[in-house]
Amino acid sequence: MELLTLTAQFEWILGKSNYWASTVLLLIGLHAMISKNNLIKKLIGMSIFQTGIILFYVSAGAKHGAQIPIVHYGHDSHESHDKAAHAAEHAADAGQQVAEAAAPAANHAANHAADATHTLGETLYVNPLPHVLMLTAIVVGVATLGLALAMVQKVYAAYGSIEEDEVLDAIADSTADSTVDSTVDRTVKGTPEA
Amino acid sequence: MMDQMPTILMLAPFIGAVGLSLLAWRRPAAAMPVVFGALAITVLAAVLTLREVLANGTITYLLSGWDRLPERAAGMAVGIEYKIDAFNALVLVLIPAIALINALYLRTRLAVECAGKEILYAILYLLLVVGLCGMVITNDAFNLYVLLEISSLTSYALIGIGRRRAAHATFNYIMTGTIGASFFLLGVGYLYIQVGTLNIGDIHEALMASSELRELASIKVAAMMIMAGLWLKMGLFPLHGWLPNAYRYAPTATGSLMAPLVTKVMVVVMLRMMVSLFGLDYLFAELNWRPVIVGIACVAILAGSFFALAQRDIRGMLCFLIVAEVGYMVGGAWLGNEAGITGAAYHVLSDACMTFCLFLAVAAIILRTGEHRLSAFRGAFRKMPVAMAAFTVGALSMVGLPPTCGFFSKWYLLIGGVEAGQWHYVACLLISSLVNAVLFFRIFEIALMKVEVEESGSFDVDALPEDPEDRWERVPVGTIVAMIVAATAVLTIGLLNRPIASFIATWIGQAVEVAP
Amino acid sequence: MMPILGSTASTVTEPSLLPVFACLASLLAIPGILAFRKSPNAREGVTFIAGGIKLALVLMMVPGVLSGKMYEFRFFELVEGVGLEFRVDGLGLLFGIVASFLWLCTTLYAIGYMRAHHETNQTRFFSFFALSLCATLGVAFAGNLLTLYIFYEMLSLSTFPLVSHHGDKKARTGGRTYLSYLLGASIGLALPALIFCYTRSPEGMDFMTGGFMAGKVGATEAAILLLMFAYGFAKCGLMPLHSWLPGAMVAPTPVSALLHAVAVVKVGVFCVIRVVTGVFGTDFLLEVDAATALQWAAAITVVVSSLIALSQDNLKRMLAFSTIGQLGYIVLGVALLSPKGVAGSMLHIAMHATGKITLFMCAGAIFVATGKKYISQMEGMGRTMPLTFAAFFIGSLSVIGLPPTGGFISKFYLVMGTIEAGKIPLLVVFLVSTILNAAYFMPIVFRAFFPRGPTAPFRWDRVQEVPKACLIPILITATITLLAFFVPELGQRLAALMVPGL
Repeated sequence: MELLTLTAQFEWILGKSNYWASTVLLLIGLHAMISKNNLIKKLIGMSIFQTGIILFYVSAGAKHGAQIPIVHYGHDSHESHDKAAHAAEHAADAGQQVAEAAAPAANHAANHAADATHTLGETLYVNPLPHVLMLTAIVVGVATLGLALAMVQKVYAAYGSIEEDEVLDAIADSTADSTVDSTVDRTVKGTPEA
Repeated sequence: MMDQMPTILMLAPFIGAVGLSLLAWRRPAAAMPVVFGALAITVLAAVLTLREVLANGTITYLLSGWDRLPERAAGMAVGIEYKIDAFNALVLVLIPAIALINALYLRTRLAVECAGKEILYAILYLLLVVGLCGMVITNDAFNLYVLLEISSLTSYALIGIGRRRAAHATFNYIMTGTIGASFFLLGVGYLYIQVGTLNIGDIHEALMASSELRELASIKVAAMMIMAGLWLKMGLFPLHGWLPNAYRYAPTATGSLMAPLVTKVMVVVMLRMMVSLFGLDYLFAELNWRPVIVGIACVAILAGSFFALAQRDIRGMLCFLIVAEVGYMVGGAWLGNEAGITGAAYHVLSDACMTFCLFLAVAAIILRTGEHRLSAFRGAFRKMPVAMAAFTVGALSMVGLPPTCGFFSKWYLLIGGVEAGQWHYVACLLISSLVNAVLFFRIFEIALMKVEVEESGSFDVDALPEDPEDRWERVPVGTIVAMIVAATAVLTIGLLNRPIASFIATWIGQAVEVAP
Repeated sequence: MMPILGSTASTVTEPSLLPVFACLASLLAIPGILAFRKSPNAREGVTFIAGGIKLALVLMMVPGVLSGKMYEFRFFELVEGVGLEFRVDGLGLLFGIVASFLWLCTTLYAIGYMRAHHETNQTRFFSFFALSLCATLGVAFAGNLLTLYIFYEMLSLSTFPLVSHHGDKKARTGGRTYLSYLLGASIGLALPALIFCYTRSPEGMDFMTGGFMAGKVGATEAAILLLMFAYGFAKCGLMPLHSWLPGAMVAPTPVSALLHAVAVVKVGVFCVIRVVTGVFGTDFLLEVDAATALQWAAAITVVVSSLIALSQDNLKRMLAFSTIGQLGYIVLGVALLSPKGVAGSMLHIAMHATGKITLFMCAGAIFVATGKKYISQMEGMGRTMPLTFAAFFIGSLSVIGLPPTGGFISKFYLVMGTIEAGKIPLLVVFLVSTILNAAYFMPIVFRAFFPRGPTAPFRWDRVQEVPKACLIPILITATITLLAFFVPELGQRLAALMVPGL
């Protein structure tokens, strides 16, 4: 009895553990993005931040005792069952390019899966829509990471360092060295010591 | 064919971009023709769409033909919808139009500022237009996020192509932009969890129908996160840190494309969220955020204006003016009355045009004189009459003198402020007009009187385009045409403000009527 | 509510392009001026032709307006319910005649002055001159408050390059002061007042006899709005927003003449008169007693500026402060809200214009001829420049308000107006300031003709007058000042159209 009430009292932690985990990841990521000096560490923080969001979405679609949303052949076939299988396959194949079309497809599938629940017994499927949305988000995250890494490379090539404070110093130096007279030859400064 | 216009206008630049990437890798000369062609088709399609909306009201378009599904007919919500209503249609014409006119200027700079990367730049340019257009018309919240990220990623790359300092500025922009987009995504997630659908119209109906839903804390958090994400993206003070450097060190053609468009499209999205998703009733009657947000907007206006005054670098000055203008729009939208939202919506259009006009003129002046500080304007009226005429029109619009569009947008915003009794907002608008007047008349003095300007502030090599020796002997014809078109747009939108404003009002009216 | 009624039985509005063309005549001269920048005579010829056309068009409207018609032209609608409109009534036509006629005189004078002085950038000067006149007529003929505001701002912008014409540090500072006061006041005070009026009266802001705002605001609101408009239209020189005027004296004298007599300050008081008569209406203001603060602001301006003028040694600065005082008269007259007061203020626009322009042109001519600008240096100059100083004498008589000059007529109306309104303290203000005016004008003339110390006897062959191009306009305006005393009917009838019950 006491154990039950105990867990009931902490339900707002235990029952929402996924949200807590996601929040912690978001905060870690945000902290890293803001306070770390090294540009790569900032990027790692960004990745962690985006992962937190992915966890948030995917876990929101989870249900107790539910299966991944792939229909196994061998269960009672139903018209909508096949359609759901079709659509689910499409959803699985989709990937990022057709994410927009896949989202409604998955929605479609999810709705049919919900119907299929009744025909398929008590097996439940996790909500596949957040999964598909997060496929897109993961791809966006990857693209952003790649772009940001390219920028870090450019920063390194220009200023010879990937520590934020050193980069800012190098920028300040290069601006101070520029002469006021616009007719003076302005060759780009050589890279400072690494 | 006509009803496929919404996709045509999205597909044309997309196919152009893909085509360039597959076929034209080794042929930099193909970049500009494809850009022009694709954008011309987009403008045409957008104008046809506008005509359609003018004639028949809001257009709803389901992507991929999902409307033919029988379940759809039964009322089930599937598929991604595009919804083009009165205000969207106007912005939809504006985006590719500005991109197309900017391409006239881009043509002269592509080979110089992005040598060896012309095709890449063109691909990114076209994809940015796709992203912006899509953001404006999509009716699906997650699709909005996807297009938001498409435009963000392409804009990061377009800025990052620039010179040395651009890399660091872009890095900061990436950090802040990702946080903003992620907040938006989180907000959408909260909404999806509670409401169960991603379609903006359906979320709105669900919110209107159920008061328990409206009282949930998670909906409030969703609203907060979506707004915070959008404010980060549009550069509302104090979340504006990325903006000045990013636009200042970008290649000039990027600057004149992004400065007028990107922040304004974010404002359009914010207006969509306010009017079409959450609904004005919910935001203003139930969540009472207006005092706080109008207060923040007032601070933004003042901060932007005074920081602009302190700048010695012309493009930096314009960037801080953008920050102030965002304050106008956010404050106007959050006044909550029809005049305020009409004013904010009209200001999107007018600010886009006047910022475009100013950035083009300033780019021409910088390239002609090789100087990026205020002294670039010495005697400019005689040396570069067209550029200075365009600059004057843009400047008068920023100050808010009739008959430019800036005066009329201030008119609507001031009326909204007076009607809502937000006197601090009214005062800030007027103070900012006066500060802008000081700013620009200082420049007019320098330009007219050929004054020697004592330069405080060092010469910033990175603020100039690539090659210091690259200066224009004369401003190219394409750029002159672009500047004239931009200045004419500023005046035309001003003189046509009544039809435009009443057209926008039908959108606001519709959104209020839809609620049961 | 019916549009402005006069004391005549009915008023008809007649759509006509005349006001439009009159306004545009000088605007269309600008391409001509720019085209002929290399040949000064052709360039000046363009300005003259444009000025002649402008005056002719304005005069063509006189018979119609005197018979009770109002010429009207509606452009398009700018904002909901309010459009760009011209409507020419008695007051507008009076101001229009003054402005266009004096433009011609000032142009002639400017030619002489600029050439004698070898001024630079003359093309720019004449172009912006023409633009300012277009804006002035736009204000004169404006049919509603928004149009008035638009052209008011246009005038501020187009006179700015004229004020800082010389381009040196002093000129730029003067220009900056000029613009910051004018724009600051109009954007900070007049625009919000305008918008407030629009929110109360969204169906239109056309000027009407009873005022379109009558009854739509309470007493305090009306008083505050009235003050916001009066200070917002800072061109009317109410203290303490008057500093731009002495500061603008760095401009070349033709510009000062333009500022003081032809365009800028007259536009300011014109706008105040329009606000009192056409926006609120004298009856409404009397009812809610909202004009008292304005009366006292104007009265203080009158007295203080006269005192400051007394202490000035620089002739142009003294004239500037004299103008501020005279503008105070006009504002005071209309704030009295009595028929004679309002009519007097309208007349004073015309009378003061002729008198002041004479004075300014004399000051400039003296500078061109002798290089002297301080009053203390002008002893005995009357003997070498008798015509100039005679004109100066006539001008100062007009400003003081003595017969046989036109200034006497308008001052008479103003004084009668104070009696009609029953405000005896203000009557005292008028009388005291008249004495002060005499105190700073008469010594100049006296000393010029009768200097202290020994002098040679007067001989005509020792006369060295100012250049002819400067002298002729001075004599013309001085003659008009005299004529206005003997033939004031035109001004009186136009003013009477505007004031019911006169």
